[in-house]
Amino acid sequence: MVSATQASPPQDREAVLTLLEEVTDPEIPVLTLGDLGVIRDAAVDPEGAVTVTITPTYSGCPAMTTMEIDIRDRLMRAGARAVTVKTVLSPAWTTDWMTPSGREKLEAYGIAPPVGKAGGRASLFGEDPTVRCPQCKSEETQKVSEFGSTACKAHYRCKSCGEPFDYFKCI
Amino acid sequence: MAETLTMTGEETAPAAAGLSAADRTAYVDYLLHLGDAGLILGHRLSEWCGHGPILEEDIALTNIALDLIGQARMLLTYAGRVEGAGRDEDALAYRRDVTDFRNPLICEQPNGDFAMTVARQFLVSAWAYELFSALERSADPDLAGIAAKSLKEVSYHRRHAGEWLIRLGDGTDESKRRAQDALDDLWIFTDELFEPEDADRPLIDAGLVVDPATLRAPWEAMVDRVLGEATLDKPEAEYPRRGGRRGAHSEYLGYILADLQFLQRAYPDARW
Repeated sequence: MVSATQASPPQDREAVLTLLEEVTDPEIPVLTLGDLGVIRDAAVDPEGAVTVTITPTYSGCPAMTTMEIDIRDRLMRAGARAVTVKTVLSPAWTTDWMTPSGREKLEAYGIAPPVGKAGGRASLFGEDPTVRCPQCKSEETQKVSEFGSTACKAHYRCKSCGEPFDYFKCI
Repeated sequence: MAETLTMTGEETAPAAAGLSAADRTAYVDYLLHLGDAGLILGHRLSEWCGHGPILEEDIALTNIALDLIGQARMLLTYAGRVEGAGRDEDALAYRRDVTDFRNPLICEQPNGDFAMTVARQFLVSAWAYELFSALERSADPDLAGIAAKSLKEVSYHRRHAGEWLIRLGDGTDESKRRAQDALDDLWIFTDELFEPEDADRPLIDAGLVVDPATLRAPWEAMVDRVLGEATLDKPEAEYPRRGGRRGAHSEYLGYILADLQFLQRAYPDARW
C-alpha cells in the first residue's frame, strides 16, 4: 500500500473510474463520460500504469480526441505516471448505455434524451418516435432534420411552445 | 463476436495471420475498397460545407461526411494492419495516387445540384446498408466490429437521402425533373457495386467478405420501393461504367486528390 500523499495516484480500477466521474463530454458538459457510456473499462498494472478503454459514440465524432486528452489530464493530475487510452469499436456504442441520471441531466439541459431501446435500426419507412419537448414537456413535436447540431442529434421543433430543440438519436 | 477491436497499436491484425500472401493482398485491396468509398464520398459531401440549400441540409450533409470519414479512418487503419507494412490511415489517405484508389466510381462523381447529391447518397447508402449488414457477420471479428459500428450510421444516411428523394420526386415539376435527371446520370455507375473481383473468391469462400452480387436483390427492392414512392422512373441499364476496384477512375478523382492531399504532399508529415 502507498501512504497517503497530496496527490494519490489511482491504485485500482474503481479509483480510476471515480476520478473519471469528473470528466465531462466536451460538447454536452452536463454529461460525464460515464453517463454517456463511453468509458468501457479501466485497469491499473502493478507499476501503476493506467489503461482506460473507451468506445467512440460515432465513427467521426470530433469530440473523441478531446475526451481522450481530458481523461489523460485528469489521471495525470491525480498523480498517475503513465496513462494509455485505448479505443475499442466492438461491441459498438449504443445509447442504451446512457445512464438514467444521464438521461435526466440531458433533458434538464434542453436536449431530448433517446427514446426507447436501440434494438431496431433506423428503417427507411419506420415511424419516428414520439419525442417529448425538453422545455414544455409537450409530445406534440415535429422532426425538422435527421441531423442536428452534431451527428448524434436530430433537429426537432415543439408545436406547443414553438421552441426548436435537439433530440439525442437512439442508436 | 469480438470482445474488443483496438484501433490503437502497431500489431498486425490477427485475421491476416492465416492468409496466404495472395489472399492477404486481396484482403487489403478489399478493405481499401470499403475505406476509399467512405473517404471519397465523405470528401465530396464536405464540399457542401457552407453551400447547402438550407442550413439544416448544410449541417446534415457535413455530418454525414463526418461519419463517412470516420468509417474510412477505421477501415484504412485496419487495412494498414492487415497489410503489415507500416502504413497507417494517413499514409493510405494521403500518399496513394489515383490508380491505387479502390472506391466505386459513383463516390467520386461531382455533387451537381442538390438532387444529384441526394440521388448519389441514396444509391450508395442503400448499397452500404446491405454491405455492412452482411459484413456484420464476417468471420473476421475486426471487420465485423467496424461493420456493426458503421451500419448504425449508414441507416440514418439511407433514411435521410431516401426521404429527400421521395420529397424531390413527388414534389414540384422542377424538383422531379432534377431528381430524374440525377438518377438517369448516375445509374450507369450502379452495376459496379455488385461485381465481385476474381481475387475476392477465396475471401468470400472463407466468409471474410461478402459476394457483392448477393447484395443486388435487397438493394433493388429498396430502390424500387423508394422510386415508387417518389414517382420516379427506374432508369434503363445501359453501358455500365466500372473499374474503380482496379484503379481505373474517372477524371474527377485526380482533382479530388489534388485537394485532399495537397498539404501532405507539400509538407510531408505535417501535423496539427
